[in-house]
Amino acid sequence: MTESGNNAAAPDVSAPPAVPETRRMDCDVLVVGAGPAGLAAACAAAESGARVVVLDQSPWAGGQIWRGEESAPGGSQQRAWRRRFRESGARLCLRTTALAAPRRNVLLAEAPDGPLEIDWRSLVLATGARELFLPFPGWTLPGVLGPGGLHAMARSGWPVAGRKVVVAGSGPLLLAAAHGLKAHGARIRLIAEQAPWRRLLGFGASLGRHPGKLLQGLSLGSGLWGAPYRAGAWPVRAQGADRLESVTLTTGARSWTEPCDYLACAFHLEPNLELPLLLGCRVEEDRVRVDSFQETSVVGVFCAGEPTGIGGADCALAEGEIAGLAAAERRDQAKALFGRRAAWTRFRDSLRVAFALRPELRLITTPETIVCRCEDVTRRDMESQDHWRAAKLQARCGMGACQGRVCGAAARFLFGWEREGTRPPVFPASVGSLAGLPHTNPTVRPNPQGCP
Amino acid sequence: MSARADVIIVGAGIVGAACAAECARSGLKTLVLERGPVGGGATAAGMGHLVVMDDSPAQFRLTEYSRRLWRELADELPADVEFDPCGTLWVAADDSELVEVRRKGAFYREQGVRVETLDACGLAEAEPNLRQGLVGGLRVVDDAVLYPPRAAQFLLQRGAGAGALEVRTGVEAVSLDADGSVALADGSRIHGGLVVNAAGCAAPSLSPGLPVRPRKGHLVITERHPRFARHQIVELGYLKSAHAMAADSVAFNLQPRKTGQMLIGSSRQFDVADTAVEHAILERMLRRAFEYLPGLSRLTALRCWAGHRPATPDKLPLIGPARPGGRVWLATGHEGLGITTSLGTGRLLADQILGRTPGIPVEPYLPARLEKGGARHG
Amino acid sequence: MGDHVTISVNGRPLTVPAGALLSVVLAQAGITRFRRSVHGEARGPLCGMGVCFECRVCVNGQPHCRSCLTLCEPGMEVCTDD
Repeated sequence: MTESGNNAAAPDVSAPPAVPETRRMDCDVLVVGAGPAGLAAACAAAESGARVVVLDQSPWAGGQIWRGEESAPGGSQQRAWRRRFRESGARLCLRTTALAAPRRNVLLAEAPDGPLEIDWRSLVLATGARELFLPFPGWTLPGVLGPGGLHAMARSGWPVAGRKVVVAGSGPLLLAAAHGLKAHGARIRLIAEQAPWRRLLGFGASLGRHPGKLLQGLSLGSGLWGAPYRAGAWPVRAQGADRLESVTLTTGARSWTEPCDYLACAFHLEPNLELPLLLGCRVEEDRVRVDSFQETSVVGVFCAGEPTGIGGADCALAEGEIAGLAAAERRDQAKALFGRRAAWTRFRDSLRVAFALRPELRLITTPETIVCRCEDVTRRDMESQDHWRAAKLQARCGMGACQGRVCGAAARFLFGWEREGTRPPVFPASVGSLAGLPHTNPTVRPNPQGCP
Repeated sequence: MSARADVIIVGAGIVGAACAAECARSGLKTLVLERGPVGGGATAAGMGHLVVMDDSPAQFRLTEYSRRLWRELADELPADVEFDPCGTLWVAADDSELVEVRRKGAFYREQGVRVETLDACGLAEAEPNLRQGLVGGLRVVDDAVLYPPRAAQFLLQRGAGAGALEVRTGVEAVSLDADGSVALADGSRIHGGLVVNAAGCAAPSLSPGLPVRPRKGHLVITERHPRFARHQIVELGYLKSAHAMAADSVAFNLQPRKTGQMLIGSSRQFDVADTAVEHAILERMLRRAFEYLPGLSRLTALRCWAGHRPATPDKLPLIGPARPGGRVWLATGHEGLGITTSLGTGRLLADQILGRTPGIPVEPYLPARLEKGGARHG
Repeated sequence: MGDHVTISVNGRPLTVPAGALLSVVLAQAGITRFRRSVHGEARGPLCGMGVCFECRVCVNGQPHCRSCLTLCEPGMEVCTDD
């Protein structure tokens, strides 16, 4: 929500301001999220003749997975998609965040220059996933990041060259991130995967059905030459004064400490369900329920990619294309893609089994560990509560800027609490945007003292 | 609690909690039943002001009395209750409102309530982020704000620390009977000496015919923007909005919270069953606030929510036996003033139960006052 | 490439590639503590993708800006809690 700081004339504050109109936009298909699922949906819909608008809150298209890797080996797939997207005629609005659904078939978003109301006939939710973080002592130290997050920022220039990195947690992303970080010059000390070998071997066998993924796995394996990979190991504690200095890991039987500059740690992925929930889409077992055309329980609202089940980019592309075609009323064409999607949804199911979290991970969060980083709420503060809502009201967890995205997911794992619905705004936004008020005076400072 | 409770209180909102604390501290064995979390109903939908209001003499007496009780408690309130004696600033936008400011100020002074009258300059000095062109204001020095759900929890803990008080959450009462017993959703029944319906907006479902209607209100809370405002700020038109019994209305009300967050209200709607955020009224409410604090639009909003507050026809709460001499009692109908008046309610309720002389006359709040109109309940 | 802009970080000028990601620029400048938590702990980026809000800094007087989603623009005034 940064504003270009032109020095506009001081606003006239002697009378109540006039009520300006909210900026509007109109489209046939609105796509939220410009990752693989969103881009595929937008291409499919726009190529069918629909007027398509795509929103993404980040300054780039491609989501996290394709961020900044256009020139990397293996980038041909995304280069092709980006080209196809450019030629599709779909309109891309970057740095634009979906906030609320003020009326049926209208989405309120916040763009860099103010709020925007978008009328849509069909809506495709391609909101992607975030990493699942589990709290342990020291996880709040600067230098502890998500593997996907550190990798993504390294691609944008975050300094990792020559730094010692321990990659830990769970999921195939650990390997991909370690590989990518190594390519940027990081010294990977260890990759610790919490899942036991027998599960991973089962997963490896299932990859045989997915040649593309198998190749990816093999090339990653060779690329990590020299970096020890340990299954059945997980972090229990990070140490450091004002930033990370070392991490202690365990296999359950044995614990040891690794000095490092960065700990890249997350426990696989967590779908971004806030917007689907706000729109009233039915969610079961952490997935948005969709029919074979990717349509949710809300008519005209489609969902594709990670929110329907964590399955990776290929699965997201297949689902996105089907959603885009169905949203543009090309259901017959969409049917032709069902077979391709089926292969990837099987891969998705094997992921769930292979990287299921071990119950011992509930013990790494000690009573003194901060679970809610926005409000500094510890496990002890939370565990006397019966459920998430009580913990919010009485302990303030989830009441801060991330709106429970980090601690809510952790609390569901730690305490088995149910997910709550979402309240607007889906992401924090300026109060003016929420009221549809155009940003007319960006130089007015909310805090007379300015920066602290 | 093994022995039978003297008092069963249904509802652990701030009113139920205050009643429970007073009963327990007066030596009564007290049991609180709550279907949700502590302070999760109207308490979580309220702004948290501890204010003196003068809409009617009875409202003035109850708010002034309650505020005094909060002041006495202030030193005991733990930090997470976020008690902040920030005072209230009533803002006049034009000369007719300035006349009202002067009237209000004179009345408060006469009643011994500390106030300061501000001219346009004084107002700008008190709150630099208010727009220019406002004509004056009234500072009610001893008003305060707090975070209501934690305050409710604190009152329960305080009661438990001083007497026999048990709180059961996740327990839903389905009916209250004339013999002082409560039927629960699981089919069981709990017997007590008397039972207090402090169920807020759910009170009519337990006491059929009770003239309490849910009134919906919206709130917005911001990120931490410390020092953006120092006082609770309210437009003088607030009471006009509170009076509007038919149409939806909005009025500007902002509270700085101890955390540095700004809590923005207010809206009032009748006959809206759900608590979904309604964008049209939210937008009206916010745009009203920008008319007073233009810079507010630049702050970061974290969350919007809506909730119901239990309203009575005469805007005064119901405190006392549902029928004279009966064993079902009421402590509900506090609408937008329940946070302030919770302590006065608890004290007046315990005084009545124990036959003590109340600190202020209880007659204006007795449920029996509404019987004259023919509505029967309990 | 080759286009550079000057921003100010905690009052000191810093010349950076135009359009560089602010979180990255701050890390390159050696800053590890982007903000202080409500209890005063040092915090830096966690998720790197706009979800966790740990990378918040003050930009042009506007607090709570996610540096991981903010691109550097000429004259931008940035304050971290360092």
